[in-house]
Amino acid sequence: MLAPHLDKKFDTPEMVLLPSRNGYGEGLVEAGKRDTRVVALAADLTESTRTLPFAEAFPNRFVQIGIAEQNMASVAAGMAMMGKIPFIASYAMFSPGRNWEQIRTTIAYNESNVKIIGAHAGISVGPDGATHQAVEDIALMRVIPKMVVIAPADVHEARKAVLAAAKYEGPVYIRVGRSNTPIVTTPESPFEIGKAEVMYQCDNNLSPKVAIIVTGVLLFNVLKAALELEGQGIGTTVLHMPTIKPLDTQALLKLANEHDALVTVEEHQRAGGLGGAVAEYLSEARPIKIIRVGVDDEFGQSGEPEELTEHYGLGISSIVEAGKKAIG
Amino acid sequence: MHYLTSAEVVSLELKANHIRQSIIEMLVAAGSGHTAGPLGMADIFTLLYFKVLQHDPKNPTWEERDRLILSHGHICPVLYATLAHAGYFSVDELITLRKFGSRLQGHPHRVALPGLETSSGPLGSGLSQAVGMALAERIDNPYSSKYIYCLTGDGELNEGQIWEAAMLAGKEKLHNLIVIVDRNGIQIDGYTKDVMPLEPLAEKFEAFNFDVQEVDGHNIRAVNDAIGKAQAVYSQPSLIIAHTIASKGVDVFERDFRWHGNPPGKGPEDRVQKGEQAAVALEKLRTLAGLIAKEDIS
Repeated sequence: MLAPHLDKKFDTPEMVLLPSRNGYGEGLVEAGKRDTRVVALAADLTESTRTLPFAEAFPNRFVQIGIAEQNMASVAAGMAMMGKIPFIASYAMFSPGRNWEQIRTTIAYNESNVKIIGAHAGISVGPDGATHQAVEDIALMRVIPKMVVIAPADVHEARKAVLAAAKYEGPVYIRVGRSNTPIVTTPESPFEIGKAEVMYQCDNNLSPKVAIIVTGVLLFNVLKAALELEGQGIGTTVLHMPTIKPLDTQALLKLANEHDALVTVEEHQRAGGLGGAVAEYLSEARPIKIIRVGVDDEFGQSGEPEELTEHYGLGISSIVEAGKKAIG
Repeated sequence: MHYLTSAEVVSLELKANHIRQSIIEMLVAAGSGHTAGPLGMADIFTLLYFKVLQHDPKNPTWEERDRLILSHGHICPVLYATLAHAGYFSVDELITLRKFGSRLQGHPHRVALPGLETSSGPLGSGLSQAVGMALAERIDNPYSSKYIYCLTGDGELNEGQIWEAAMLAGKEKLHNLIVIVDRNGIQIDGYTKDVMPLEPLAEKFEAFNFDVQEVDGHNIRAVNDAIGKAQAVYSQPSLIIAHTIASKGVDVFERDFRWHGNPPGKGPEDRVQKGEQAAVALEKLRTLAGLIAKEDIS
């Protein structure tokens, strides 16, 4: 059963698709209005990261860094140490891809209140090809102490994550996508850093067999997969986990206790991302079989987002298969 | 700016000498760490913390303080020793350098010790942070009299991030940013002219729209005057190339790149045996102090 606060147009012809990066643009302007300490930095990707509306609304609080992501991270650290709340945005491949050490030392180790936006994350970047498809960023950020890591499901959740990050004291990484993806949540649906949410409750007439845990823009595919699995008589639960760190361990324990096996799904390498985080935790707390769906230790390539999603095993049918394999 | 009387210069030179002695004692107690850079920068640190900076050792988070970013974090023994002598914490704590549980980490950790403005060690990122501070200050108060000082090594200028930051500082005309380059001519692998030549260095930064001065980094009055001039530059960021002597004050260690990363007791032995290095260094400094002033400083 789908959660009641899903967008009413879910899986209908009227369902709207938008890039989750738009949520950054909206959330940033809103955060800027609420708190004058909010500043934004961009490295020549002001429009495509959706930093532009903020830059136009608050020109005095926007810094154009030029194509220099390492500098951008440390400039933001300096601004944060003077009391600002800087948001830095570039493509995830370059930030945190290129400036990881600056993020680790000058932001996280310094306990600087900087928010890092990794745009164009995941394989769904599409035609730009593997150089621009960040499928390693969750792993990179997750290993840094004190770093919060969030992968919003859609444009609404990205907006809410940005607002929550602005209020949160400490470094936060938020990854957003380039391409149009289905809107699944609503502007009003709950979002809290560190909190996962059941988006599909196993049918009462079925015994719960498999739980699928998903982060980021693949939530739609996972919900569709759950409907299909239940159509085949397999009791399925979907846990939507926008925050990868800190991990909602209570929600995971509950799932592990109530199901035979788990599946994790993310637009990221199978190594080191959500699947890694879930497996690390449960292997100690409550061992259970876990199938990890993700890019399997390879680089992406050019193509349309949908065909890449299918090719790299992130489509609905792949998730259904993983669910069966988990309990098979 | 504050002009220095002759008596003030002598008093600062004496203070720098005490700080150098603390540096030797700290490094010996730690059994590891860097010698050449800290000794070479003792005069400039003394001038900054005892005359130039607007700061309050009893209130390290005072909002209106100037900021000092040490970008080449490995010379932190001189920063720690200067902070202690300036009253931020007890001089007795200095010998905990690099020890388990110490606030005096092998490379500075901002969160560990009040008075540190940043964590540094990985080279090249300090200038960016100083640029960020200068930008933030300008947003809040374009007429601020607060200065952001950034100290960098010369070998550190090999790092690309330095030039990213320099480009931004020049673009933004950050008049409140004053960079001091510790130009001692050495880095771990050798002399900077061999590892990666930097000259013409002044012209490089001028091309990045900095106001550039060159000064003898051990002439306290000259450095003070250069900082005064830098404070009066309103249309661009300032950079002072301070020519310093690696291991200054201990002539048998001076100018030798092999003292970059070794403490007394573990340095090169062509001039002094390992077992004698600490005692010789302290003796040299005490003798040198005798040349500076007649006061007994023991």
